[in-house]
Amino acid sequence: MTFMHKILGSAAALALTAGAALADPALIYDLGGKFDKSFNEAAYNGAERWAKDTGGSYRDIEIQSEAQREQALRRFAEAGFNPVVTTGFAISSAIESVAADYPDTKFVTIDGWVDPGTHSNVLSVGFAEHEGSYLVGMMAAMASKSDTVGFVGGMDIPLIRKFACGYAQGVKAVNGDATVIANMTGTTPAAWNDPVKGSELAKAQISQGADVIYAAAGGTGLGVLQTAADENILSIGVDSNQNHLHPGKVLTSMLKRVDVAVYDAMTAGADLETAPRAMTLSDNGVGYALDDNNAALVSADMKAAVDAAREQIIAGELSVHDYSSDDSCPALNF
Amino acid sequence: MDLATILQVLDSTIRLSTPLLLACLAGLFSERAGVFDIGLEGKMLFAAFFSAAVAAFTGNAWLGLVAGIGASLALSAIHGLASITFRGNQLISGVALNFLASGLTVLIAQTWFKQGGKTPTLEDGARFGEITLPFAETLSGVPVIGPIYAELISGHAILVYVALACVPLTWWVLYRTRFGLRLRAVGEAPDAVDTAGVSVVRLRFTAVAICGILCGIAGAYLATSLQPFFSKEMTAGRGFIALAALIFAKWRPWYALMTCLLFGLLQAVALRFQNIDLGAFTVPVQVMDALPYILTVVILAGFVGKAIPPRAGGEPYVKER
Repeated sequence: MTFMHKILGSAAALALTAGAALADPALIYDLGGKFDKSFNEAAYNGAERWAKDTGGSYRDIEIQSEAQREQALRRFAEAGFNPVVTTGFAISSAIESVAADYPDTKFVTIDGWVDPGTHSNVLSVGFAEHEGSYLVGMMAAMASKSDTVGFVGGMDIPLIRKFACGYAQGVKAVNGDATVIANMTGTTPAAWNDPVKGSELAKAQISQGADVIYAAAGGTGLGVLQTAADENILSIGVDSNQNHLHPGKVLTSMLKRVDVAVYDAMTAGADLETAPRAMTLSDNGVGYALDDNNAALVSADMKAAVDAAREQIIAGELSVHDYSSDDSCPALNF
Repeated sequence: MDLATILQVLDSTIRLSTPLLLACLAGLFSERAGVFDIGLEGKMLFAAFFSAAVAAFTGNAWLGLVAGIGASLALSAIHGLASITFRGNQLISGVALNFLASGLTVLIAQTWFKQGGKTPTLEDGARFGEITLPFAETLSGVPVIGPIYAELISGHAILVYVALACVPLTWWVLYRTRFGLRLRAVGEAPDAVDTAGVSVVRLRFTAVAICGILCGIAGAYLATSLQPFFSKEMTAGRGFIALAALIFAKWRPWYALMTCLLFGLLQAVALRFQNIDLGAFTVPVQVMDALPYILTVVILAGFVGKAIPPRAGGEPYVKER
């Protein structure tokens, strides 16, 4: 009899939790993994902040392979999670094939693009990475003594070239004669997780005179930042604030406020507006990091110049070329 | 191109070749004894994690190395058990070990360090530093020879010299000792070895163990010397390039050295120059990245000599009754 009670009790509890889960949001990380100290970790931080502020709960999953993208999307949608927030450009095609089957579920693709005309329940969030990279490019040029700065990208995709192109424009805006050495780690997803190769790229750039290196390369970037610190030059982090990784050695980090995008989407909940959203300098969607770890590296002049450029970009007086708009870059040859 | 640039590229070549060379020699021992090992990648990854983790806990790089070798040996033992004792398929066992290492390292790292499958950054004492060989300072003034000695030959981590020393050692063991003769024989004709009264199982287990030790050193080199931390999947396919190098080297130690240096050089050149402008046309960096595999296919296709694997390779030995 007691056994039967237990079963009934647990069944009831299960039904209750299932009911409570109905309006909860879900979060799917990209292959880099939840704690990549960068892009996905920013998404995690946003979700945690939302959970703390609202007392709500959410589910998340780290996918392990390409095939799991669609599976995870379907599982969350079937279980009634709403909205389903995803990070990384690569999941967009999976969302395209899933979205129509769950018209009542809202999907969010951060960094990806799904046409809102065909799928009205998908919100695409893009970032003006070129604008943020422009600002850190200016800082790199001002901090460089050798007039040579470096850029290490992860996988060679248009998105990463967008970072590189904005960065190069920022460097040239401060010092037209400066050299920008831009390298990509590879052409496969393994390029996001190869700190050894990142380290060798950084060494090669240092031997060519670079004394500030900007890494937009996920886990590979950890190797770049490490080598820069070992060799006593400056580096620039990406996506999350990476200044704390090597205090006093990381000039700044180009912030991509993925956390804000996740936070806003979760706050909006099921009533999410799905007009494509571009997060730019004007709404603090991108920016540069300033904290105790790099305060001594950023001079007052540097800060003034960068903030002035920021105002100009927001006001529309200064336009930064976006690589992805025409697949070419005026300031850098790939 | 000046001497300094050439030296930097060659310096980078040595750093990039070392893990390949160790893994390649590891595969050489195993395959020469007739046990194919596709799990070099997994063993390196496993060793990389445990060496970095133990070095982080103890603050001692040498203890890290021992732990890395131990971890790699554990995987070797599983491989040996599956493919020698139970006569399972060697390729499947190797693939399974790769998956096991890939998942288990991140899982344990997350449980222990809570840094997202990464170990903390090692302090200086817990990392194999670059050692300066005697007279490097004094000789560096001498033109040409000075910089070559000071920059190229001196100034690497101790594990690099260990790896280089393993080449003549492997040659000597394989071709100049009784054990080596038996090891080679067991990969060609295990029944003959068995008839001579030598245990096939024990010989193969020994070979697989040596393979584990060398993979352990390779992994420790990645995570406690080249980088002062472990991060997920940090071997990034080096175990497979080592397998390609092994075929390219036709399962011989000195050729393995040459091949690994060549593959390392290709990588170093690709990293240093990216797109190579030859005037008439540009060689994209992807070509350089793919070259090791292309070269291996060319060798396998029989265009340049013939790569004949050990005859009993991949075959579990069944005693005649």
